[in-house]
Amino acid sequence: MDPQDIIIARSLTKRYGALTAVDGISFSVRRGECFGFLGPNGAGKTTTIRMITCVSPVTDGSLAVDGMHVQLDPRAIKTILGVVPQDDNLDPELTVRQNLRAYARYFDLPRQAVEARIDEVLDLFQLAEKQKDRIESLSGGLKRRLTVARGLMNSPKILVLDEPTTGLDPQARHLVWQTLRKLRARGVTMLLPTHYMEEAANLCDRLVVLDGGRIIAEGTPHELIGRYAGQDVVEVQPTLEEKAAVLAYLEGQKGLTVEGGGDIIYIYSTGENGFNAAGLRNVAQRVSYRSANLEDVFLKLTGRGLAAE
Amino acid sequence: MTTLAVPRTVRAAWRRPDVSFLSVRVWQRNRDVFMNIWKSEAIWPLVEPLLMVVVLGFGLGDFIELDSAESYIEFFGPGIIAGYAMWIASAEACWGAFFRMDQKTFDAIISTPASVDDVATGEVMWASTRSMLSVLGNFVVLLAFGAFTSVTALLILPLAILPGLMFGAIGMCYTAVARSVSSLNYFFAVYITPQFWLAGVFVPTDAMPGWVQVIAWFMPLYHVVNIYRSLAGGDLTWTNGVDILWILVVTLGAYALALSLMRRRLVK
Repeated sequence: MDPQDIIIARSLTKRYGALTAVDGISFSVRRGECFGFLGPNGAGKTTTIRMITCVSPVTDGSLAVDGMHVQLDPRAIKTILGVVPQDDNLDPELTVRQNLRAYARYFDLPRQAVEARIDEVLDLFQLAEKQKDRIESLSGGLKRRLTVARGLMNSPKILVLDEPTTGLDPQARHLVWQTLRKLRARGVTMLLPTHYMEEAANLCDRLVVLDGGRIIAEGTPHELIGRYAGQDVVEVQPTLEEKAAVLAYLEGQKGLTVEGGGDIIYIYSTGENGFNAAGLRNVAQRVSYRSANLEDVFLKLTGRGLAAE
Repeated sequence: MTTLAVPRTVRAAWRRPDVSFLSVRVWQRNRDVFMNIWKSEAIWPLVEPLLMVVVLGFGLGDFIELDSAESYIEFFGPGIIAGYAMWIASAEACWGAFFRMDQKTFDAIISTPASVDDVATGEVMWASTRSMLSVLGNFVVLLAFGAFTSVTALLILPLAILPGLMFGAIGMCYTAVARSVSSLNYFFAVYITPQFWLAGVFVPTDAMPGWVQVIAWFMPLYHVVNIYRSLAGGDLTWTNGVDILWILVVTLGAYALALSLMRRRLVK
């Protein structure tokens, strides 16, 4: 076992009756990195995370977290985890401060240390002013920040963030991202299951792309984009009349991959020199150039967008 | 690389009860919420027995003559303490716990070092605590109206833990399998309410048809009423030992079942 690796999964499998949610995946997460799990809903991201956080038993294969087996030492593993779930599960009847305190009690930390830690995480997420407010009175963005703050109460070695910035306004989102990057700089390992591309690109050192319970690609965001989507992407949004002409034009070009069954056609260049879209502008009005991103990687790998469920 | 395979036998560890002191933390969480809202909750254990004393004790009581020559309030007083202990523990283990499960509080707790068994255990302890508070409130009111004739009545207070844990555990079993909040109504309509009326709270069971007496014997509340009535009147007998044994066996069985059903509900 490489001491560098904090999580090691080998042939990890989860079956629900006849349904295989996670189909024998193997991966390793290095200490101190932010590791992303990318994929559409139903790809197996959440199930994998639930097995890592010891709330879902492993059907087959093995899974070790910080040198411990999830089947043998769930309590010890959960002691070093900070879990930020996708759904808000704060205590609506308690205040902000009481929420953090109640949560910290499950880790059996000394009382004084808890109060100091509460002040620390409240400051980190700019929530100190709200500490006496009931959860019911908080906005969605504040609740989300508090949920992330709560996950830090036990100073976890591994922080598990399920779509941490879903539903946040851009300002709050950048505050959360900034804080997470700060934590990563301090050596906290992060797991980030998401289908939000910008978030993955912003935070992840490495990631796996899941589909149908299997890993279909693995690497840094940069590597994956370079390997599967190239540098640039041309997006064409043809009208019904233009569509035939666009497809005919693309037919005659070499070194291209064309994706997209819907109203947008994505063109990836696999050649050395990229693709000159000038000719396309003669046959369609709406043609645009942009840099390739992780969404393109996914589209390329599966032939459909991440939003498609 | 060292092998990571876990032997098959170890996987059965998921089935073994796994209770720790963290169940107290679950209890503390519920206590914190209660302390935020207790004023609106504390009124019930005082008002309800008061109404009963007025209507049944002073009103109906004048028309009732018991074989034992005791006043009617001395008869039904200990019974309603037991009856409300059942209601409060069941309501907390059903409505209360179901809402907490529904708002994903349990999911939040089991992502910390606490286990599902800690959650279920803490919930049963909390249901029992609420039930004991209810017994205390009822006791004070009934004491003021002279419902107790023996000093052994004081034992009703500590022994409130018996109906508390028993109905808490039974309620948790139903909560673990209830599909929705509204389906909890079945439990109260079919299981709890009949006990309140048939288990000897208001009318001695031996004044009822034989088949009702048989049903009553199988009702958990019947045995609690027996114990409380004996304590209130100072006439404990060996049959109260049977009542206690009955309660302990059912409590342990329901608790074991509650753990396994909650695990099935929360661990997927």
